[in-house]
Amino acid sequence: MKMFTVAASAAILAWASAAEAQQTLTMWYHGAGNEVESKIINQIIADFNGSQSDWKVELQSFPQAAYNDSVVAGALAGNLPDILDVDGPVMPNWAWAGYMQPLKIDESKIADFLPGTKGIWNGQLYSIGLWDAAVALVTRQSYLDELGLRTPTLEQPWTKDEFMAALDAAKASGKFEYAFDPGMAWTGEWYPYAFSPFLQSFGGDIVDRSTYKTAEGALNGEAALAFGEWWQSLFKNGYAPATQDPADRDGGFAAGKYAFSWNGNWAALNTLKAFPDTVFLPAPDFGNGPKIGAASWQFGISASSKHPEGAAAFIEFALQDKYLAAFSDGIGLIPPTKTAAAMTEHYKPGGAMEVFFGLSAAQALVRPVTPGYVVQAKVFEKALADIASGADVAATLDAAVDEINADIEKNGGYGH
Amino acid sequence: MASKFTVSNRTGWLMAGPAVLLIAGFVILPFFLAFYFSFTNQRLVSPNPTEWVGLANYRQLLGVTTLTLEPVRDEAGAIVMKDGAPEYPSIRTLTRNNPDRPDLAGMREWFSFSLGGDSRTYVLARDVVFMKAIVNTFIFVLVVAPVQAGLALGLALLINQRLKGINVFRAIYFMPVVVSIVVVSLLWRLIYDGQSGLLNNLLGAISFGLIPPVDWLGNPSTALGAIIAMSIWQAVGFHMVIWLSGLQTISPTLYEAAAIEGASKWQVFRYITWPGLRNTAVLILIVITMQAFGLFAQIDVMTNGGPLDSTQTIVFQAVERGYGKQDISGGSAISVILFVIVLSISLIQRWLTREKS
Repeated sequence: MKMFTVAASAAILAWASAAEAQQTLTMWYHGAGNEVESKIINQIIADFNGSQSDWKVELQSFPQAAYNDSVVAGALAGNLPDILDVDGPVMPNWAWAGYMQPLKIDESKIADFLPGTKGIWNGQLYSIGLWDAAVALVTRQSYLDELGLRTPTLEQPWTKDEFMAALDAAKASGKFEYAFDPGMAWTGEWYPYAFSPFLQSFGGDIVDRSTYKTAEGALNGEAALAFGEWWQSLFKNGYAPATQDPADRDGGFAAGKYAFSWNGNWAALNTLKAFPDTVFLPAPDFGNGPKIGAASWQFGISASSKHPEGAAAFIEFALQDKYLAAFSDGIGLIPPTKTAAAMTEHYKPGGAMEVFFGLSAAQALVRPVTPGYVVQAKVFEKALADIASGADVAATLDAAVDEINADIEKNGGYGH
Repeated sequence: MASKFTVSNRTGWLMAGPAVLLIAGFVILPFFLAFYFSFTNQRLVSPNPTEWVGLANYRQLLGVTTLTLEPVRDEAGAIVMKDGAPEYPSIRTLTRNNPDRPDLAGMREWFSFSLGGDSRTYVLARDVVFMKAIVNTFIFVLVVAPVQAGLALGLALLINQRLKGINVFRAIYFMPVVVSIVVVSLLWRLIYDGQSGLLNNLLGAISFGLIPPVDWLGNPSTALGAIIAMSIWQAVGFHMVIWLSGLQTISPTLYEAAAIEGASKWQVFRYITWPGLRNTAVLILIVITMQAFGLFAQIDVMTNGGPLDSTQTIVFQAVERGYGKQDISGGSAISVILFVIVLSISLIQRWLTREKS
């Protein structure tokens, strides 16, 4: 009888381990609805599943607009996948909340990656991006020539005065509806992503990064007030439209309505199609160095994953140059390494968008790395929209500081 | 001993069961949870334990105080003038890092007024945005309820005729109701566009270019009005149908008698139609009021509460805080406040429109 029990257990064990020979890893991705993106990610998964027999990745895609809500709902229900992708600035929030675990991958593999692609929180890597994004001041060489403007370079970007002189020249020429298109139609994350670097270039910030415990002095100090006055003057003095039709944001520059457009690398291909002499200029230096935003979508492992080693193996597998290049060619994103950039159509040396790689490497500054960023981004967005509509600068920034500080306090300092 | 209610209604309970469970799970339970959360510091995403905070959320939302300030005087004692008006000390210096008045910390100017004399009274609120949301919501309700009900009655009277092809008109008036409010809002955002919108083009064309283009949704003084107009247009067909059903319950014999008596059209409406619509009118008024308090989708799609908080509403703030800013407790407190407001108004409406015996 005993003999039989042992045999039976052995058989069950053998059966169980055979069944477990290939573990399924679930993965969530934000790119539903984008055919090219889906094709590339499916290709990576198919290659990975075919390359070994331990793991099998299964993908579930969500539309971007519903993705973050789905993750939060999944986490509350205790139902997160093994692998998930996360927007760079949101990562600390999810890591702090216990949705994600540190990502254990071979560090030498990401040594050459652009800094904006590495999601580091509390000194540990939680997520890694297969691409980065960058913003540039888009204009045409012919505009610069006509207006008699110096072409700024990474080494010598425009100063604030040069930038304002350029806007004045464009406005005085009478050829444009507006001299400058900051992209006010893109409400949401665009505001903190694209406009907080202006504030940082003035010397302010959304929150005091030395402690992450207060925004007092950072968002309402002298530098921030100067930024606010400048920001308001763009709209009050007619350089830029305070409200904008989304269609004008997408096609206004190509239609010749704006002399300068503050826009990302993802829109660069279409602009180049409209005007082959389009140039992508570095951000102006408002006194504290030129700055642009960094960090895009990145991959990480959920805290509840039972197979973090398998999930890490997949992420490591996806970091191959050929996939980085495929994403870049497919949807115009900036590849995170020089070697991958060399393999792409647009970012290789001499490529039409090569300049963005340099911008990302030289000017990029990640958004505040704190779990509270999610709330701070919303507060910042509203403050900028209000100031653009003519609200009192000091009162608006004070109110934003109060709201951010109250939120930090409510959350027990967000673990800083 | 089982009562008749539980035993002989067993089939009834079985049939009602699924609906009762769903309503309990998705309406009644969240309702009580909102009450509970509003007294805690519950977050949407947080590893910290939830704590009981008592009325702190309500104090934060509803805190209001007044401050009377004397104008700034120069050394000679004369009032300092700025842009043609007396200058007052800036509120910022009083509310920020002011050891004399720690109770003012974090408060902002909501509005100010002067009751004659030199001094000026400032109303400070702890949450100015929420105060503006309450005011905007009340303006919306006060305009939409009578105008929408009136227009719907007018349309119902127009289409309550036996004419050829009247169904075409009924269908046309009803059409906006069946289109999703999100789609309607997106379309109207194009219509209201500040540069090349349909409305601006239309106004320009009929005035031969005399009316300059208006940025309807981008201007604080027109944004709420634009949303009110669009909302009235969108739902007027629904209430038209309810009026119509009310009209058709009025007995034709009354109208025939009126015709024989030689009553004028106005007399027919005043003494036959309107009294016959009494119950319908009560229903419509209550329904419109409740729907109007829930104003959200139009704001979310068209303005996000801007410009300068001119279109903030209570429900938009509840969602913005609860989900956008991950502050479930704040969002819940707003929901509870809205519940209390709507409940009181409904009770008042019930009392005002009660059957007087």
